[in-house]
Amino acid sequence: MLARTADSLYWCARYIERADFLARIIDASLRMGSLPSSYGGDESEWESALASASARVAFYQTHDHADERTVCDFLVFGRNNPSSIWSCLNAARANARAVRTALTLEMWEAINEAWNELQRYDCDNMDRESMARFLEWVKRISLLFDGASYRTMLRNDSYWFLRLGMAIERADNTARILDVKYHLLLPEREPVGGTLDYFQWTTILRVVSALTAFHWVYRTSVKPWLVADLLILNRQMPRSLFSCHAEIMERLDQLADFYGRRGPSQRMASNTLSKLESSRIEDLFQNGMHEFITGFLRDNATLGSAIAEQYLV
Amino acid sequence: MVAFDEMHGAGEVRPAYAALQAWLERSPPALMETRRRQAELFFRRIGITFNVYGEADATERLIPFDIIPRILTRAEWTGLERGLAQRVSALNAFLADIYGPQECIRAGVIPDALVNAHPNYQLLMAGLKPPHGIHVHLAGIDLVRTGEDGFYVLEDNCRTPSGVSYMLEDREAMMRLFPELFVQHRVAPVETYADSLLATLRSVAPDTASRDPTIVLLTPGQFNSAYYEHSFLADKLGVELVEGSDLFVEDDIVFMRTTVGPQRVDVVYRRIDDDFLDPLAFRPDSVVGVPGIMGAYAAGNVTLVNAPGTGVADDKAVYTYMPEIIRFFTGDEPILKNVPTWRCREEDSLKYVLDNLADLVVKEVNGSGGYGMLVGPKASKAELDLFRAKLRAQPDNFIAQPTLALSTSPTFVGEGVAPRHIDLRPFVLCGADGIRITPGGLTRVAIKEGSLVVNSSQGGGTKDTWVLED
Amino acid sequence: MRLRIAYATVYTYEQPPRSVLQRLKLTPRSHDGQHIAHWRVDVEPDARLLRAEDPLGNITHTLYCNRPGSSLILTVHGEAETFDCNGVVRGTVERFPTSVFLRQTALTQPDAALAQFADEVAAKAGADTLTRMHDLMDAIGKTVAFEAGVTKSETTAAQAFNAGHGVCQDLSHIFIASARRMGVPARYISGHLAREETRLEDAAHAWVEAHVDGLGWVGFDAANQICPGEAHLRVAVGLDYLDAAPVRGSRYGGGAEKLEVRLRADQGSSQRQD
Repeated sequence: MLARTADSLYWCARYIERADFLARIIDASLRMGSLPSSYGGDESEWESALASASARVAFYQTHDHADERTVCDFLVFGRNNPSSIWSCLNAARANARAVRTALTLEMWEAINEAWNELQRYDCDNMDRESMARFLEWVKRISLLFDGASYRTMLRNDSYWFLRLGMAIERADNTARILDVKYHLLLPEREPVGGTLDYFQWTTILRVVSALTAFHWVYRTSVKPWLVADLLILNRQMPRSLFSCHAEIMERLDQLADFYGRRGPSQRMASNTLSKLESSRIEDLFQNGMHEFITGFLRDNATLGSAIAEQYLV
Repeated sequence: MVAFDEMHGAGEVRPAYAALQAWLERSPPALMETRRRQAELFFRRIGITFNVYGEADATERLIPFDIIPRILTRAEWTGLERGLAQRVSALNAFLADIYGPQECIRAGVIPDALVNAHPNYQLLMAGLKPPHGIHVHLAGIDLVRTGEDGFYVLEDNCRTPSGVSYMLEDREAMMRLFPELFVQHRVAPVETYADSLLATLRSVAPDTASRDPTIVLLTPGQFNSAYYEHSFLADKLGVELVEGSDLFVEDDIVFMRTTVGPQRVDVVYRRIDDDFLDPLAFRPDSVVGVPGIMGAYAAGNVTLVNAPGTGVADDKAVYTYMPEIIRFFTGDEPILKNVPTWRCREEDSLKYVLDNLADLVVKEVNGSGGYGMLVGPKASKAELDLFRAKLRAQPDNFIAQPTLALSTSPTFVGEGVAPRHIDLRPFVLCGADGIRITPGGLTRVAIKEGSLVVNSSQGGGTKDTWVLED
Repeated sequence: MRLRIAYATVYTYEQPPRSVLQRLKLTPRSHDGQHIAHWRVDVEPDARLLRAEDPLGNITHTLYCNRPGSSLILTVHGEAETFDCNGVVRGTVERFPTSVFLRQTALTQPDAALAQFADEVAAKAGADTLTRMHDLMDAIGKTVAFEAGVTKSETTAAQAFNAGHGVCQDLSHIFIASARRMGVPARYISGHLAREETRLEDAAHAWVEAHVDGLGWVGFDAANQICPGEAHLRVAVGLDYLDAAPVRGSRYGGGAEKLEVRLRADQGSSQRQD
């Protein structure tokens, strides 16, 4: 397969995943922002939305103040922000168009129709309700695209590169939200607890659509270190760092078998996965959650570069 | 001027069209309209569009398709086939000569300056023998008809002729919409084209290639007007559709970047103009080319299809010498006639052209696609004056031809069935193992009443072209 | 005159490219006016240099270098004996009819103003080609000022002519455009010029050859208003600058490139070290 084709598939999936994640962050922030301030509803929520989207630096180059309007504008429709939902969907479609024949008709229609519809949204005049509807719509794009690829694509290198892009991006996103909120997840904060933190935790869970999942898995009230466990090590949770890297390993193994050769990305992925496999959440807290997440983000990015170097250029 | 009608000839319906004529009479207009819509839907769904240069809003447009086929008899086609093979062989012999010993110039067949000072005469090709000695592997020869036996070559396209996807998709649409017609007629198939093209490309792989050469189709990218055709052909051929950045050259060998590392490439079917092919050899600002590919070509490690520098052979001024070129290189009389042409570079001709401008068609020597052209009988006084000035300023730039009565074919238009002017572009493939010509070709039709301009960029449409077996 | 050429072209990269590909026309050939005693092109770091000859007879090298690191250094050393032939160039490789050098290129295509300039020179000079060419050089000297730093390598003859200034490349293009306009085959020469007070940037030079019936190719150095002599070392010939350019390159990957030439072309009698 042409390296460019693999690259476009990989990035198409990454951008769709990122658009979905942005929609989720903003959705959660809007929810927090609508709470009375004693429940945590203040503008610091928009700060952490920017941080989770790793868009703080870019934002403050053109803005002075983070509030609902400015951050929403920037993260949703920001034409000059390469990581806005608008830019991500555009980039996803451009990548899809470049490899149109490598996609199935259903996948192409999912992304192309989304793009067409995006052109019709009136981004300047959006009230809360239409914003909420818009964000729901964004989340449905990834469902539609993923579903289409799952149901219609041949299981060959095209599919694996697509899934690889999604898993790398998803691991990055999950880790970022943990990075921004890690101080809330420290066990020693538990006695302090209280309604404010409770809302913060449930917000994190909501961002990753895991509030119900939490209860199913732990059958207990929301506790911060369990939230961390769910998002980092839990093997049932599709967004956990472990699950993402299990998928990355699976796809890289498939590629290695298919192409008949293993390379640096397989070795790196295997290292990261076995680290996660042998970790316990207590140890992660013991050794410093912040350090762990920072290290993970770095490993994940390095793996992304290794994949690019090995297959995509 | 009365045009020859392909269906009605001099008056009576010509035998090859009899069954079609009966069918047309049987078919209610409403049904025809339904079929026309279905055809349009078919083309829209498969996405067979082209981009029109200079039109900002309509970047992806559909070329109008006419549902009434154009018919040639086997006897007519056999004659054309022989003529086409002769012409393309002569074009290749001509190119081999002008990039080699230049005997035709020494023999006075064609003026020195017309070849050597020609902007498309690529110095880099001089003394360079392309793999298997073939310069033009793919040619599209535009023919027009003025009578029962009157076929003329209007233009040779030896660079990157396009339109073959329309030939194939037109047939596909016709077979879906009118299966009964194909039961009544024995129509020679065209879908063999992809196989013929692949065989041609394989046959011209360089000696350094393995027995299973790697072939790629090089496109300028998705914003090119013919991108649909590029991706269509790559799919039909089962070869990679690559952009310049997918290829690279190392040690004079062309590689493609793949997920398993560099893969050696043997044959590049390029749909990029010479100028953009290699920024190290031609235009340095080209971002769609492959740096160093001309070095690999000169080293004999890759075949470029068509070879660079073929543009000198399909030039409209060189065209006027084609009869002499054919005689010189084949030793035979040309089977296909040239349209009589005045070379405005010659003083007597220029005078004649200026005196009779209102009756003539004037073309720019290096123009294509129907741009920069004057159709005398249809031109306003202002347009005539403008061209008179242009002709006086740069006579070398122009040729003139009589206004030909292009044949007409019944065409389904808004008001029903009416005659419209048509031409024909057969596609000729020239490989190391011989010449292959797909029966028929692409018939282009000027949809506007009375119009003689069939180019798709000027609102022309297409028709399926049938060669009827006896 | 004994000429010694030694210079280095240093490319430095912000981010190292994955690969570098260059087509070099840096190596002169001998002819009646010059004898090349020895000539070397070296690259650092290691790279492949494939030597070939282009149809115009220029010696070319194709340079392939993978992952050069943060810099690439191209060095050229050579020594030549030159002779004054009154500008007439004989003994060169000639494979084309002279009509090849009649065509205008994108860089030489004259506009109305430049065409008029050429027509006026021709009208005044009369029919003799040699006189026309000398008059043309003279007229360019009077009309277009030599000035460095105002034109670029992609500046066309017409642009430079209308701006009224340029460097040796532009003056040569203007000469070529005008000569071809008069129906005189003309071509671009890239090479070196050695002078007593050589400023570094002067050593890479360009001039023109026009074809005069009876004499053959005759050199004209419009920038210096002379016919090339002993101080001129002829390296490559082409239809225009692009065709004869010493280096044309491309990179894959990496960041921006900076280019610095450390150059020295001087006479053997006054060897100095940088």
